[in-house]
Amino acid sequence: MSSIDTAAFRPDTSIAPDGYAPLLPLRVRGLQLGFDGAMVLNGLDLDLGPHGCTAIMGANGAGKSLLLKCLHGLISPDAGQIDWSGQSPTQATRRQAMVFQKPVLLRRSVAANLDFVLKARGKSRHGRDALLDHVGLLHKARHPARRLSGGEAQRLALARALATDPDILFLDEATASLDPAATQAIETLVRDACARGIRVICVTHDAGQAKRIADDIVFLHGGRVSEHTPAKTFFPEPQTQAARDYLNGRIVL
Amino acid sequence: MQNIGEAFSLALALVASGDADLFEIVGLSLQVSLSATVLACLIGLPIGALVAISKFPGRGALLVLMNALMGLPPVVVGLMVYLNFSRSGPLGFLGLLYTPTAMIVAQTILIAPIVAALSRQVLEDLHAEYAEHFRSLCLSRMQTVSALLWDARYSLLTVALAGFGRAVAEVGAVIIVGGNIDHLTRVMTTAIALETSKGDLALALALGLVLLTIALGVNAAVQSLRMSARRQAYV
Repeated sequence: MSSIDTAAFRPDTSIAPDGYAPLLPLRVRGLQLGFDGAMVLNGLDLDLGPHGCTAIMGANGAGKSLLLKCLHGLISPDAGQIDWSGQSPTQATRRQAMVFQKPVLLRRSVAANLDFVLKARGKSRHGRDALLDHVGLLHKARHPARRLSGGEAQRLALARALATDPDILFLDEATASLDPAATQAIETLVRDACARGIRVICVTHDAGQAKRIADDIVFLHGGRVSEHTPAKTFFPEPQTQAARDYLNGRIVL
Repeated sequence: MQNIGEAFSLALALVASGDADLFEIVGLSLQVSLSATVLACLIGLPIGALVAISKFPGRGALLVLMNALMGLPPVVVGLMVYLNFSRSGPLGFLGLLYTPTAMIVAQTILIAPIVAALSRQVLEDLHAEYAEHFRSLCLSRMQTVSALLWDARYSLLTVALAGFGRAVAEVGAVIIVGGNIDHLTRVMTTAIALETSKGDLALALALGLVLLTIALGVNAAVQSLRMSARRQAYV
């Protein structure tokens, strides 16, 4: 995997004239979302600054993925406010990208999957091969995307997300089903994206991964943020009983 | 009237000799049914795609209607087209009755609902898989439809084939609006019906053999294409 010329993926200002207005800091207040009759997010408040990588952690059913989808605009909350520094929800979504746990690849070649995203965003294809090279898939450009291994498929999904040159990159348990080598490859790409100034917000159950890539941890419990602390203090000194139980492998209800 | 064995031999001889009348009928049949299939796809695929990705009040009722229209009786369609194209009908001034164009119109009306209903199912399943990714990209409705149609292209070939099969095999609509006129609107199915009633089983059987061969050939070609696409994981 090689370094990348990020200039090729700058936002097209003819499409988003206010594209460089900052989306961050993010301010979430009183977010409520019911799912299957239960209130999963229950008055959640959250503030995120403009830099770094945030890991959202919590037990199964804590609402991590739902929170991510609310932030990205894929789900409308029942109540509450999500304020991307005053940007409209549509404008905010256009400047974000998301990588899902199970990569959704189009029934096309690897290169055509990237071409589709570039065309949808009105960008030229000239940086495509550099991006494929960056994620180590240039040699598979003509292969059917759905024949890729799990790790390769997730790298393609990440490349597709990066092709939109997002301000915010959401990762929803993007390495949950990958082996250690594939996980490491994704983490390297995520760290690189972070270093290039892309704000990363990821959901993970992998404490090791959170330690490796996250600057701060948002711990969800009871439909709210029960703890939001720097990663270097969250793991040795969790502030809440729920976080201590979670990190010690006890069932958190 | 010939016995079956004699008729079968004569039929094979007719096909082998390249009988001009026989191939004129086959050519017109293909022209009418392929044209109707193309038109039905142009109408039915966008409708199927739009219904597949849309949520609106009454959608369930529309799905019931679309599925019901798949079973449109050909003679009823033929009668409707006849009434519209007859001299006293609203479209009588076009002078299309008893022409291949009228037959194409009738077959298009007959198979467009089949294409729409079957493609809706195919595209709805695909959309369920792609929906979050597409929303994440903020795709427009038009971009979504065109992406779904392209990615489902091999499955939609089967849908088009179902429409073509229905068109090329139907007799009720084309005989009403075409009139089965020799050298003008006679197609395979109407010729088979006529020759059978006259007792000329050889020509009827020859046409039947060609019809079966076409059906088998088209199916084999589409199946081969789909298998190739499956190997590429494009299905």
